Amino acid sequence: MNNIIEINNLSFFYAKSKVLENINLTILENDFLAIIGPNGGGKSTLLKLILGILKSKKGEIKSGFESNSIGYVPQNTNLNINFPITALEVVLMGHIGGKRPLFGYSKDEICCANSSLKQVGMEDFSNTKIGNLSGGQRQRVFIARALCANPKIILLDEPTASIDVLGQTEVYELLKELNKSISIVVVSHDISVLLNYAKNVAHVNKNLVYHTLDNVQKNVQNSNEHLCEVELLSALSNNHFPGCNHEH
Amino acid sequence: MLEALQYEFIQNAIIAGVLISIAAGIIGSLVIVNRITFLAGGIAHSSYGGIGIAIYLGIPILFGATIFSVIVAIIIAMITLKDKKRIDSIIGIMWATGMAIGIVFVDLTPGYNVDLMSYLFGSIIAVPTSDIWYMLGLDVVIIALVTFFYREFLAISYDSEFAHLRGINIKFFYTLLLVLSALTVVAAIKVVGLILVIALISIPTYLAEIFSNTLSKMMFLSAIFASFFTLSGLSISYMYDISSGASIILTAVASLVVVKLFKR
Repeated sequence: MNNIIEINNLSFFYAKSKVLENINLTILENDFLAIIGPNGGGKSTLLKLILGILKSKKGEIKSGFESNSIGYVPQNTNLNINFPITALEVVLMGHIGGKRPLFGYSKDEICCANSSLKQVGMEDFSNTKIGNLSGGQRQRVFIARALCANPKIILLDEPTASIDVLGQTEVYELLKELNKSISIVVVSHDISVLLNYAKNVAHVNKNLVYHTLDNVQKNVQNSNEHLCEVELLSALSNNHFPGCNHEH
Repeated sequence: MLEALQYEFIQNAIIAGVLISIAAGIIGSLVIVNRITFLAGGIAHSSYGGIGIAIYLGIPILFGATIFSVIVAIIIAMITLKDKKRIDSIIGIMWATGMAIGIVFVDLTPGYNVDLMSYLFGSIIAVPTSDIWYMLGLDVVIIALVTFFYREFLAISYDSEFAHLRGINIKFFYTLLLVLSALTVVAAIKVVGLILVIALISIPTYLAEIFSNTLSKMMFLSAIFASFFTLSGLSISYMYDISSGASIILTAVASLVVVKLFKR
């Protein structure tokens, strides 16, 4: 399998405090990577570095493509729900920054946006105001927006943070489907849900510890039931690489 | 009432009311969805500084107020882009400073003691033809810019982080929005007054948002509502001989209450 993103010895400072230290991470083609870790541990910072919103002076991030062919689904899609914008227009936002017609949106762009909506199962809602959709539906629209850039990889920041259980399952099932052709990176707290979908886990708390998940799943007896963070972490620690430096 | 239409000042008032409603509807929608009404209010009040300086220097008031408020808009844009957390303090400071500058310069003007307060409600009945040309020009500029940059304005208003990620220059568009707000406010200042322009920016847009699922529809509806309020307020003011600015605002508020009662 090919590497699509390779991070070597990456460190990042906010003012003088070190947020990330010596991060090494490889994201594979068709990977489904979960990034977990405590609040303030540097998960979102790592995501922003990969996206190119933040730049680091130490270390390197190698990827085989332009940064705008990374799909991105931001954290707070519940903000601004009174905004007069349709689902289709949100998806069309995925095209901005590239070539543009003189006015409005081109036929190609509208066609592509509609097929992205279809891909996430939201084609019937293209003219619905974004605020009238449920949390899970809205999240799928934002995934459709990310798909517009024809990405090789999609990064999602806490995609299920404020949606109900049914909505969460819908979103993860969709990601599983998309994962057949696209790499997925999810920052999340919903470890128990993630465990059923992710292939690899990166635990970020200033340092990064990487686990392949097929070994972990064996260590977790009943992965169908709800599983708390402590159980998962203990399952993960059974899977220690020699010389691995855990900081809890 | 119809016989009133033959007077030139009434014709001017109707044309001015519609023209300013178009500007307020479009720019007002952008101001509302970006939640910077207070910021537009700050620019509006600080433009008093420009009026005072223009009176002192003996230059056209519209010209002085335009230059001054555009400078204020750019300063506010630069400061707020650097430090968004203190945006409310900064607007408050600019608001008060601009008005103080205006008052001082009017005091310093020898032999001319204009009441700055008369700019608060303006007088739509006394719109000179030159102001109408200014507003017409402004409407053309606003419609052209907003049509051309619609996707960019929509993106920065709805999700500026994502727009930034896609390489949109959000600083440029934010500054452009503030400058356009400043121009809209100045166009309205002598005609309908400061208070009315803030009302025209907030009431019709608030109402239009209820009926709109797209930003462009909100802009269109806001302009229609604003024109309707302006013209009906104007008629009421003519019939009962009361202040035009206040009757326009009260017509708008009354309509808002009725809509809110029937549509939740």
